[in-house]
Amino acid sequence: MTDESALAPRTRALQLFDGLVTDTSLRRFLEGIPGVDAVGLEQRAAALGTRSIKTTSKAAAIDTIISMIDLTTLEGADTPGKVRSLVAKALVPDAGDAACPQPAAVCVYGDMVATAVDALGAAHGQISVAAVATAFPSGRASLRVKLADTADAVAAGADEIDMVIDRGAFLSGQYAQVFDEIVAVKRACRREDGTSAHLKVILETGELNTYDNVRRASWLAILAGADFIKTSTGKVSPAATLPVTLLMLEVVRDWFRLTGERIGVKPAGGIRTSKDAIKFLVTVAETCGEDWLTPELFRFGASSLLNDVLLQRQKLATGHYSGPDYVTID
Amino acid sequence: MSRLAVPKTYKLFIGGKFPRSESGRTFEILSAKGDFLANAAKASRKDARDAVKAARGAVSGWSGATAYNRGQVLYRIAELLEGRRGQFIDEIQRGENVSRAIAERQVDDAIDRWVWYAGWADKYTQVAGNANPVAGPFFNLSVPEPTGVVAMIAPQDSSLLGLVSVVAPALVTGNTVVVVASERFPLSAITLAEVLATSDVPGGVVNVLTGSPAEIAPWLASHADVNALDLAGAEDLDWVDLQISAADTLKRVLPPEGDAFPSLDRITAFTETKTVWHTKSML
Repeated sequence: MTDESALAPRTRALQLFDGLVTDTSLRRFLEGIPGVDAVGLEQRAAALGTRSIKTTSKAAAIDTIISMIDLTTLEGADTPGKVRSLVAKALVPDAGDAACPQPAAVCVYGDMVATAVDALGAAHGQISVAAVATAFPSGRASLRVKLADTADAVAAGADEIDMVIDRGAFLSGQYAQVFDEIVAVKRACRREDGTSAHLKVILETGELNTYDNVRRASWLAILAGADFIKTSTGKVSPAATLPVTLLMLEVVRDWFRLTGERIGVKPAGGIRTSKDAIKFLVTVAETCGEDWLTPELFRFGASSLLNDVLLQRQKLATGHYSGPDYVTID
Repeated sequence: MSRLAVPKTYKLFIGGKFPRSESGRTFEILSAKGDFLANAAKASRKDARDAVKAARGAVSGWSGATAYNRGQVLYRIAELLEGRRGQFIDEIQRGENVSRAIAERQVDDAIDRWVWYAGWADKYTQVAGNANPVAGPFFNLSVPEPTGVVAMIAPQDSSLLGLVSVVAPALVTGNTVVVVASERFPLSAITLAEVLATSDVPGGVVNVLTGSPAEIAPWLASHADVNALDLAGAEDLDWVDLQISAADTLKRVLPPEGDAFPSLDRITAFTETKTVWHTKSML
């Protein structure tokens, strides 16, 4: 990355490959990125996880976390009723406290986008609708189907598209195929009026096996035009671990230093307690800076996290421990 | 050559495990004569919170077990208590500074009381429930159901008997328990926890905290995820305040009662009566 041309915005960064994005040029670049010091990374993540955040800082952290949540339901058993109740929860997270912030978005399957948009009504815009697309969670479908899936969700009113990369292609070294797919899906995010839905690219780090692969996939996704890079689908374990998120944040930080462009990060899956979520906030602030602590640049993909955060919030407000009877069941 | 004594550190019992206090605090347990007996963990409000969480997690399994099965599990505890008889007698004798005969009687009473309560597991429903006569072709059944998580302040003047007298009746119906042991005599409570840990009682059904009831009780009384509060050993605390904060979350509360004499009332105190209708014919 010492090349002069890399110090330019994304389009010029692609000139690294002489204008031709091929497996060979991508491999030369991605596999030329230095390897990850796994022990150092895990140690750094563990150290960041030991910060003690109390009282007013904790209250601020909790409100920040809520405003960053993509409230998610991605079950085969989802119904329009379930999506409507999810939206109702997003609109009024805590019925006992009108000052409670709202989550950033609701995240649903493509066929539920219209239901979610309808249920949000006038609040659509202040709360976004994110849709998973491209044959989520496996990504095993032809490009034609993936693009149709994406265009469908965008047409139904989705503000954000969460796509999955083709892990099979990535792991077998067909980087250009993964790159082209992201570019194509990004194009499918275009709306008729010329604006575009935000694109989050899910790397599914649980299937990438090594930290080196996570770093390469992050670079690949960003080069191809991702607005956000997202750890996982939530369907594969391990999902969003702190070291993997830290690693992705480092790539985002490096990209910002090179190009001045801010890319978002979204850990998803397995973050269930506010204690865990606060560790992520610390990691973001320490890696990318506090500028990144906004819903535009950092999100949590979660469902049960919101309830735990609300319980903590109630504890801080009332001074006594709250219980699951005092938050909605979902 | 005299041997160096190896005193035991008594830890908490939360969710089937024996953690130290989250706060890292311990306190010394002295005999009635003032001799050092052991170190015990001094539970904090966060330990109480963890215990409630463990107890809540255990409710569905324990209350969902058949009454017959619960009776068997509880009887098995009595068997194991019998096996540790010597250890309990020794602890009570040294802790309470009583004669061996009195200590023996306390252990025997505790075991007998446990057996008595175990027997009620598949019988109290017949006494506390009812098939109500109604003016139509319906079965109308009132059935007692466990309240859920019960927080308790164990009687403070007794090592084992008082603890057994409050814990056993709540367990019979399928409640799970967070109990604050006697502040002065906590050793038998942790030994009882060791018995429970090696019995068939699922982890989290009984959670034992040692330390200061005055410090922990307010947190349990106001905890929104606790369904009932037994103030048996709370005479010396501001128990009216505890009742008031328990009322905020509609808890069932039993007032202080030092000896917690065995009775069916103690069993039904932590049950809710549910009445259901069923058609009589197949139609």
